[in-house]
Amino acid sequence: MADTQAMVEVTGAADLPLVIGELELRSRLIVGTGKYRTNQEMVDAIRASGAEMVTVAVRRVDLDRTKEEGILHHLDPSGFFLLANTAGCYTAEDAIRYARLARAAGFNEFVKLEVIGDESTLLPDVQATIEAARELASDGFKVMAYTNDDLVTALRLEDAGCVAVMPLASPIGSGLGVVNPYFIREIKRRLAVPVIVDAGVGTASHACVTMEQGVDAVLMNTALAAADDPVRMAHAMRHAVIAGRLAYLAGRMPAREIAVPSSPMRGMLD
Amino acid sequence: MNTTRTVRIRLNGKEREVRRGSTVRSLLDDLDLHPGMVVVELNREILERDGYEGVPVSQGDTIELVHFVGGG
Repeated sequence: MADTQAMVEVTGAADLPLVIGELELRSRLIVGTGKYRTNQEMVDAIRASGAEMVTVAVRRVDLDRTKEEGILHHLDPSGFFLLANTAGCYTAEDAIRYARLARAAGFNEFVKLEVIGDESTLLPDVQATIEAARELASDGFKVMAYTNDDLVTALRLEDAGCVAVMPLASPIGSGLGVVNPYFIREIKRRLAVPVIVDAGVGTASHACVTMEQGVDAVLMNTALAAADDPVRMAHAMRHAVIAGRLAYLAGRMPAREIAVPSSPMRGMLD
Repeated sequence: MNTTRTVRIRLNGKEREVRRGSTVRSLLDDLDLHPGMVVVELNREILERDGYEGVPVSQGDTIELVHFVGGG
């Protein structure tokens, strides 16, 4: 398939663009905009990450404070594809309400659907997520659904009309990396829509290992925002995602629990 | 008799008095908010941006003004 579609250059190596719905992206790294120490640091880190799609949250305007707190005062919406989330919603009804408010902002019909089921782990309420996904998809939304690493839920979300399914690597904000690579691979194997690992990546090696599972992209926020140097970590993540992707495409050597010499045995001196 | 100069509404979760005869547009102006930077929900209905001037703010209305903030 690689030679039948337009290839994109990723640091000198060929890869296909990531296509979500009909949206084409060159970067396979999607980043959040929350929890940065300053707005400038957020903008600098996002630029360094090379991400084209960035997530934002929908919240009340704080009428007691400066009007400059809205993110669009800092992040140029013409430079990025804004993916609004429904973070903080605990019911399908709330998530649908937030998604509609986000769409009314007038940027696009994509939504990162997130319906939380448990406060301490922030694990998703999968039943409510499927219900909301179905409703939003039939209302014309392009739904990218955050979910756990359960294959059956992922299949149901695809059936519900999601344009991407986004299993977690590990709990949101935990930085634990992929705790179940087998299930992530299985989800990727079985779904036709893009599989984007969302949440849990803590450092560059995690991003690389995640991409090596064959998934289409990685979404992260805290790993950048909570690093001592978010801009430097954003550079690292950009390279890690590319490295993991290319390693996957390259096809790794088989692992063996025995040494095999790399140099010829013939031609040794007496 | 209806002589008060204000109406009482619930705005972003707080009770608030606004000028009688306000529209959604004039309310945003009074709050120094650019109409293009917020989304307005009036009594659970999302309003069309280009219609703010024609929507009166009435006693007992519940209004939510939302925008995008940083998030993951």
